[in-house]
Amino acid sequence: MTSLPELVAAGIKFTIPLAIISFAFGLVIAVITALIKLARPRGNALVKGAWSVLVAIAYFYVWLFRSTPLLVQLFIIFFGLPNLGVQMPAFTAAVITFSLNTGAYASENIRGALLSIPQDQWEAAETLGFTQSQTLFKIIFPQAIRIALPTLSNEFIGLVKDTSLASSITILEMFTVSQQITAKNYEPLLMYCLVAALYAILCSILSILQHYLEKRTSRYIKRGEN
Amino acid sequence: MIKLEHLVKQYQNQRALDDVSVTFEDNQSTVIVGPSGSGKSTLLRTIDLLTHPDSGTMQIDDITVDFTKEISRKTVRAIRRKSGMVFQNWNLFPHLTVLQNITEAPRTVLKQSKAAAESRAYELLQSVGLAEYAAQYPTQLSGGQQQRISICRALAMGPEFLLLDEPTSALDPELETQVLRILEEIAAKGQAMVVVTHNMEFARLVADKIVFVEDGQVLFAGPVTEFFTTENQRIQNFLAGLSLA
Repeated sequence: MTSLPELVAAGIKFTIPLAIISFAFGLVIAVITALIKLARPRGNALVKGAWSVLVAIAYFYVWLFRSTPLLVQLFIIFFGLPNLGVQMPAFTAAVITFSLNTGAYASENIRGALLSIPQDQWEAAETLGFTQSQTLFKIIFPQAIRIALPTLSNEFIGLVKDTSLASSITILEMFTVSQQITAKNYEPLLMYCLVAALYAILCSILSILQHYLEKRTSRYIKRGEN
Repeated sequence: MIKLEHLVKQYQNQRALDDVSVTFEDNQSTVIVGPSGSGKSTLLRTIDLLTHPDSGTMQIDDITVDFTKEISRKTVRAIRRKSGMVFQNWNLFPHLTVLQNITEAPRTVLKQSKAAAESRAYELLQSVGLAEYAAQYPTQLSGGQQQRISICRALAMGPEFLLLDEPTSALDPELETQVLRILEEIAAKGQAMVVVTHNMEFARLVADKIVFVEDGQVLFAGPVTEFFTTENQRIQNFLAGLSLA
């Protein structure tokens, strides 16, 4: 049991930061990707042409990251890119991979949530004189967050567990440390169960947080409805 | 004054606006009536640029738009500053309280201070008898209450023209009467309104002018008294069709 502090330290130093930073970047990427797919910009042929290129890139990006294994993506970015002269620390490579992967999945959640807000809400805001971005930030996003919360929570919880894959690119996160300890004390069952329990505790905390956020963002919904 | 000329809007199988020309005067209430699917709502929504006709022009005060051309964002905003819209299903913002529903646009669009926007909002809520609901969310209120709040929301922007698209069609008769009484009071204060409605009693009591639309065409536009005594056979039939007598 002397190994517990070591595992917890690895969690605090690597697993948790890796998950939080990657999820934050992933969310930003997801929102941008969803908006690229949904927006229909006004303007001349040049603007529209440029936009359709962006849309094509967005679709390609989501397809690419949803159609290939996360571990393979991690290997390509950390071990593969140096062949092209792109070298980076392991932690950076992990953040980039996890962010892009989360972004691809979450963009579809966010796109669905945005589409579920009735067109009426856009019209009401428009007629009051809101600009498109004011409508988006003040009227649409606050309602879409409520819809997207359960699926985004799923993404986040999935990501916390997926950070264990970073052990394969030399990052000293919880799972790596549990392997190192096992190599010394020959207690694989104990060690791996211990690290599993730590992941479970982390994810349980997130579930509680999700429950709290769902309650908070649903304040305005009538009981019995939804 | 709003002056619409030669508006044409063609949907796939239907001509919603078929060379419509009509004007709406300052400080007057105009009621647009006509059978369902006649193009009334399309006409009203055109004023707020929620519908974009294929051709024709619109002039509001010193702003003129030509619908065959793209309308700049600046012009769109300028026009929407002059009008306020009330929808059939009120379309309140569900995530905001009653008070926030009314203050959000004045604060965001007109950059009013929180205090100024809220004191105006309370005045408006008072005038529709709902001041005590300020802190509630829209879903906690009845349809009639929500519609009265959406009227406050539109008025908080100080529009020259209040546009109402079948504001009471989704309400039961009792709630409908409450909303119509409020509109009557607002009209009496000189607020210019354009109302699409099926309620003939309201038209008779409140309107200065009636516009009758059918099959995308304006068959009548004139003072309310003339409308109810017109010789026009189609309008007589329409009115007879609405009466039980």
